[in-house]
Amino acid sequence: MPSVNKTFQADKHPLEDLLRVDRLPHIWCPGCGIGSVFSACLRSIKNSGIDYNNFAMVSGIGCSGRGAGYINIDSFHTTHGRAIPFATGIKLANPDINVIVFSGDGDLCAIGGNHLIHAARRNMDITVICVNNLIYGMTGGQVAATTPHMYRSSTTAAGNPESPFNLPLLAYAAGATYIARWTMLHSRDVSDAVSEAIGRKGFSFIEVLSPCPINFGRRNKEKSLDTLRMYHEKSIIKNNATPAELDIEYGKSIVLGKFIDIQKPTYSENYSRVHNPNDE
Amino acid sequence: MKYWRVPLDSDEILVEKGIIHIIENRCKGCGYCIEYCPQHVLVFSDTFNAKGYHLPTVNTDDCLNCHYCEFLCPEFAIFSIAAEP
Repeated sequence: MPSVNKTFQADKHPLEDLLRVDRLPHIWCPGCGIGSVFSACLRSIKNSGIDYNNFAMVSGIGCSGRGAGYINIDSFHTTHGRAIPFATGIKLANPDINVIVFSGDGDLCAIGGNHLIHAARRNMDITVICVNNLIYGMTGGQVAATTPHMYRSSTTAAGNPESPFNLPLLAYAAGATYIARWTMLHSRDVSDAVSEAIGRKGFSFIEVLSPCPINFGRRNKEKSLDTLRMYHEKSIIKNNATPAELDIEYGKSIVLGKFIDIQKPTYSENYSRVHNPNDE
Repeated sequence: MKYWRVPLDSDEILVEKGIIHIIENRCKGCGYCIEYCPQHVLVFSDTFNAKGYHLPTVNTDDCLNCHYCEFLCPEFAIFSIAAEP
């Protein structure tokens, strides 16, 4: 028999200092990928070496919006779609804080879509992690702005007739300066992307695909492990790909990678140049 | 650990071993760690935890402390630490 420590209870998970352990186990369903994305994000915060007091996490409403409730640093669980305005406020009030927005596709890109594009346009110095599970998971699996064409949901039982958002293209068109897309299976890449986004200035948008076994997978005959196998087999890593080619389509491969990484003056820099020209 | 040929420097390189820890009451039995362990160390156990989920259990002694189970686990329920050489 292998020599394995069987008395596990007393040991601590390496991320325990960043977690509100008393709230665990969390609400995310068995097989949900949000926990993996959250874990990758926490790992980047831990590995950044920056004091935890210099971080703030903001999230909106939805399954992914619960993230702010499980992290043991300053965190805000805001109203639906308004995670980015809260993050903007935090950043403008205290530019030394690294603000991370951790929320879902419905929150950031549907109800909060205008906030996303205008924060990208202004180049606010925040990191946005968008957990894209292709559906409104918490409310019962209704069709979302990101549900791919012909996928089923509780409101489109015969298949979604609409075309979905191409989120990297949306962020690129609005002026985001760092855009990446990964799946939760590529957790080391997610972690590296978040670390890179924390370390740079400007609006960083990281889309992370994640399975929703209960409300998306059940109606599309995908168990969570099937979704992960699909991510494994059908994803193509293509850094610097043109954002217009990044549509997620039924039965087609998914392009992952870091697409955009450019430098532009941030909103705070431009603001102080206009209003406090003598400070420099 | 199986090699398709023995590396020339295999006697100089120290291959790290890991000990896997599972926090039983957090596991929800999704099976990600079992499916994606590169060394196929984990299997589903016959026992289950208080919530009724079947836990992963360590089957072989091949863990190389790559931490991928720890990275992938959505529940913060599994981690590995380096074994004493």
